Amino acid sequence: MAEPSTSPGTFRLKPLLIIATVVVVAAVAFAYTAGWLTPHRITPKKLVAALAPPGGPALGYRRNHAKGICFTGTFEANGDGSALSKATVFERGQYPVVGRFNLGTADPKAADAMVRVRGLGVQIMTPDGQQWRSAMIDAPIFAVSTPQGFYELLTASGSKEPDAMKNFIAAHPEFLGFLGWVKGAPWTESYAEEHYNSLNSFLFVDSAGTTHAVRWSLVPAAQPVPITPDELAKRGPDYLEQEITQRVAAGPQRWTMVVTVANPGDPTADPTKAWPSDRRTVEVGTLTVQQIEPERDGPCLNINFDPTVLPSGIATSDDPFPAARSAAYSRSYNSRTAEASNYPGTGAKQ
Amino acid sequence: MTTSRKRFTAPQRLLHWLMAICILTMLFIGVGMVSTITSKYLTLVQIHKPLGIAILALALIRLTLRIFYGAPALPPDLPEPIKLAANLSQYIFYALMIGMPLIGWGMLSAASYPVVLFGSVHLPSILPLNPSLHTWLWRAHHYLAFAFFAFILMHVAAILFHKLIRNDGIFETMAPVLTRDEPK
Repeated sequence: MAEPSTSPGTFRLKPLLIIATVVVVAAVAFAYTAGWLTPHRITPKKLVAALAPPGGPALGYRRNHAKGICFTGTFEANGDGSALSKATVFERGQYPVVGRFNLGTADPKAADAMVRVRGLGVQIMTPDGQQWRSAMIDAPIFAVSTPQGFYELLTASGSKEPDAMKNFIAAHPEFLGFLGWVKGAPWTESYAEEHYNSLNSFLFVDSAGTTHAVRWSLVPAAQPVPITPDELAKRGPDYLEQEITQRVAAGPQRWTMVVTVANPGDPTADPTKAWPSDRRTVEVGTLTVQQIEPERDGPCLNINFDPTVLPSGIATSDDPFPAARSAAYSRSYNSRTAEASNYPGTGAKQ
Repeated sequence: MTTSRKRFTAPQRLLHWLMAICILTMLFIGVGMVSTITSKYLTLVQIHKPLGIAILALALIRLTLRIFYGAPALPPDLPEPIKLAANLSQYIFYALMIGMPLIGWGMLSAASYPVVLFGSVHLPSILPLNPSLHTWLWRAHHYLAFAFFAFILMHVAAILFHKLIRNDGIFETMAPVLTRDEPK
């Protein structure tokens, strides 16, 4: 039985309270979902802000791996990857690549010798319109086990507290493994001599639907020539970009893509834990870098090397980093493209 | 365009309530996904894209039905400003239901992201790679999402006002089931 209707204009408090309650509850639920009521939540905004140097981010540039140079080339699949993944990119054939060599720094003007981590981003396109993007670095393991840990690392390294790093390492002993690489591994004199690693674990899905936990690496054809940071510093702040430009102009540079397959029980969720060296590896193809182009107006400038842009046949695993990276890279992309006029030499064109 | 019917047709009502669920889900997913770095981020993004395209398709069907079947007339005693607001709100909702998915699709295109719906199924790029276009669309998508949610809150408040205070039959035009006795 419906409530008898009252004439409009008769003031009743109860219906107004119901309306107000519905609206307020919905608005609060929305605000909670947006993170406005939970200031401790690590949002992409907070993570990206933590990457910025004390003077603020370099406007118009990537918020991390800000210094880099574009390349184009090909990925030539030998067909062997198809046993592990149904992705088109592993079918025998040659696919166009846009990529970027970069340094792991938020400062696009950093001198090469000041930056320990070097990276490589690739976007491989197949004729069916699918893409595989990957952003790799030359460290064999990552610095921290979780995105939360990475945020704490950024906070500690930017902190003025004298004990901040000590406290961070006490809470994240896994960082010592990475520190061992930072201090012990030789530097090389060229982007072309680096061994780039996905670090994160992904799942390859084969045509039978079976999943294989994998990591991948790009192994250089060029022989690494060790160099001390001091010697690198003497060659100039932008030596690596000059060197790779000349080297590729003289001849294409190649890397073999090697996929490592995990054994059951291998740690897939923690990129600080390397897998034992006897794990099965499959060479799936060759990356050939054919041409170097300056980042300014280059083909990689407005590409986000989001490691979760994957073709059907490659999926994310229980490794928490690709999701965090995707969220942060997107934030960085939205910021820097909105600041495109700050990027030297390109502003007028856009 | 109005019809002599007292209620929207059954397909219109079905679409209204189905889309209400989809759109509210979509708005919560949207604000949720951009505020987390957990693995939920990817799950939410993977729902956001196909759901957005589903809303676009449903909105186009709904618009066709709306043009074909029309809408029940508003009560004649409704004050003019409320009539105006009621009519205007329908235009705003249709514009948002159709515009938001297109803006999202265009925004991804302008950033050269593949628009993957599921598996290997993806949509073509509808715009060239262009940072300033991307920025414009990204901002529109962002601010219109909050405007959309605000309009929904107003819409809910207004319909509750019609039902609980005026009880003028407007709620019943779209109610999934009849909630009051039909006038004899």
